[in-house]
Amino acid sequence: MELKIKVVMKSKTKRVAHKSRSQATQPGDGGHYDLRLYVAGQSPKSLAAFANLKELCETHLTGKYRIEVIDLVKKPQKARDDQIIAIPTLVRRLPQPIRKIIGDLCDRRQTLIGLELSEKVES
Amino acid sequence: MARKKSFNKNRSLPKSPTGITGLDEITEGGLPKGRPTLVCGSAGCGKSMLGVEFLVHGATQYNEPGVLMTFEELPEDVIANSRSLGFDIENLIAKKKLFVDYVRVERNEIQETGEYDLEGIFVRLNYAIESIGAKRVVLDTIETLFTGLTNAAILRAELRRLFSWLKEKGVTAIITGEKGEGTLTRNGLEEYVSDCVIVLDHRVIDQVSTRRLRVVKYRGSTHGTNEYPFLIGETGFSVLPISSLSLAHDVSSERISCGVPRLDTLLGGKGFYRGSSVLVTGTAGTGKSSLASYFVDAASRRGERSLYFAFEESPQQITRNMRSIGLNLEPWLKKGWLQFHALRPTLYGLETHLAVMHKQIQDFNPQVVVIDPISNLINTGSVAEVRSMLLRLVDYLKSLGITALFTSLSSKGEASLEETEVGVSSIMDTWLLLRDIELGGERNRGVYVLKSRGTAHSNQIREFVITSDGIDIQDVYVGPQGVLTGSARLAQEARERAEKMVRQAEIGSKQRQLNRKRAALEAQIAALKAEFEAEAMEAGRVLAQENQLVKQLAMDEIAMGRSRGADKRFTNSNGAED
Repeated sequence: MELKIKVVMKSKTKRVAHKSRSQATQPGDGGHYDLRLYVAGQSPKSLAAFANLKELCETHLTGKYRIEVIDLVKKPQKARDDQIIAIPTLVRRLPQPIRKIIGDLCDRRQTLIGLELSEKVES
Repeated sequence: MARKKSFNKNRSLPKSPTGITGLDEITEGGLPKGRPTLVCGSAGCGKSMLGVEFLVHGATQYNEPGVLMTFEELPEDVIANSRSLGFDIENLIAKKKLFVDYVRVERNEIQETGEYDLEGIFVRLNYAIESIGAKRVVLDTIETLFTGLTNAAILRAELRRLFSWLKEKGVTAIITGEKGEGTLTRNGLEEYVSDCVIVLDHRVIDQVSTRRLRVVKYRGSTHGTNEYPFLIGETGFSVLPISSLSLAHDVSSERISCGVPRLDTLLGGKGFYRGSSVLVTGTAGTGKSSLASYFVDAASRRGERSLYFAFEESPQQITRNMRSIGLNLEPWLKKGWLQFHALRPTLYGLETHLAVMHKQIQDFNPQVVVIDPISNLINTGSVAEVRSMLLRLVDYLKSLGITALFTSLSSKGEASLEETEVGVSSIMDTWLLLRDIELGGERNRGVYVLKSRGTAHSNQIREFVITSDGIDIQDVYVGPQGVLTGSARLAQEARERAEKMVRQAEIGSKQRQLNRKRAALEAQIAALKAEFEAEAMEAGRVLAQENQLVKQLAMDEIAMGRSRGADKRFTNSNGAED
């Protein structure tokens, strides 16, 4: 299930990326967002986080993001490798520095602060 | 309540041995198996070390692999720190006996929004446990999460879940926690982990630190409740459950020599009782250490092992000094029968000293122990503390049947000679007092047995002579001029010898005089006798002549009468005519 989402997302981002390149409001900020969402199975919180993230990205990062979903139930060693303690955790791998946001991302403003997107959105 | 209910079953409560010296004794077998134990204390008290040792011993001695989840120390640091204690963690990791997972919690890296749980930790822990089949888990220090995450409500709920999950998993866990203000842990972990709580303490009194351990709670089991000193030494953690003050140890009636034959004579002819405690007190330079060394030497000669705790001199210094009085301790050191342990008294607190000694004694297993001197320990604590510590030490040594010799420096002054500064004489079986006797511009040493339980000891003061050939005990001169020692004694002895010679000469001459007199008298007697005999012979001869003459006269008269024809008258006229 997760895997399917991931594939879909990947193709989608790629598709969107072409379109959005010209639309990028601030091309100087590095542009591309590499995001990873760590979940554990199909828990309500995980599903909610994914839905919230997708919606947020579509709104604010149209065409310049990539989401990879990692299910720790299937790949438990990933939790150690990537220092995950809470579920769900969203990791912004790019642009640097790495940022971690934990929770189901229901608070959009907080999520944007976490992704360092708030100022850009307001402006 | 719970404790009471399960009290009867405590024999069946399964326990997981920690392999830590002393801790298993206090907990009567180890930590509760399959349950979490909380170990709390202030920073630097040894929580992490306890955890690591628990895992290492589990992996190496009890075939129980373990997981270390560290929230503070980096795995490299854990490895490096443990290497200094002789634990090869890397090797254990390679052998899949140990799994180390470092959980990094950085508040400024984490943004919280909305609901979350700590499933990440569960996943990691589960993965670690499953991958090596772990039976033991250490979480060090999970409270770090409280500084990294802001939602305390979630955290508390998740910790509660974590601990019950650990129980379900059946792993024996140690959870460490930082000491809080007025609470056992800063974040109240004790609310969740209530099966067993161990508190570690690291106190500094008068600039000297002492580590202590206390089992606050052990559900379903009896346990030692006192505060026990513990050490983190070269070989790791060790706790010293020494506070039993029962007087029930076995006694031996075997006697052992103190190393100086004539001192043995003073002690009822045979020396100390094996397993007794001997106190040697004296002012500075009276030979306490020398006596102690002789005692140790005698033990080595018997083939026994001795442990010498030196608080004043280094081992090299002692061996050198003893060589100068004809005692070579080096062969015993080489053979391993004698071990020195030199320490500065101020290096540790008293408890730690006790712990160190306890451990050394345990490791070396000696028959004879010397502590030289106990009076120096006073620098590290109050009199009451030193006394209690020594009491425990004496008790411990007695329980092991070790003969112990303690030296103690008495301060100058007559009043204090017969009392020790630390007031331990009452717990000693034998007390030898070395004192200096100043006389005739000299300072000599005297020794006497102040007390010796169970032996008919001498009441005399003897002179204690230290020469380059060793210790000797001499009779002191006791006479009309008091007790004489040293050259005064020698002079007095010489004087007496001279007097004796003079007297002997006098007697001789008197005898001779008498003999002469007797000879003279006897000669006189012989001369008189000869004279008398000569006179007696002369007298006899004269008497015989006279008799002859009288007879002759009578016969002449008769013959005359007959010729005259006299009558009867003439026969009677003899008398009439006279």
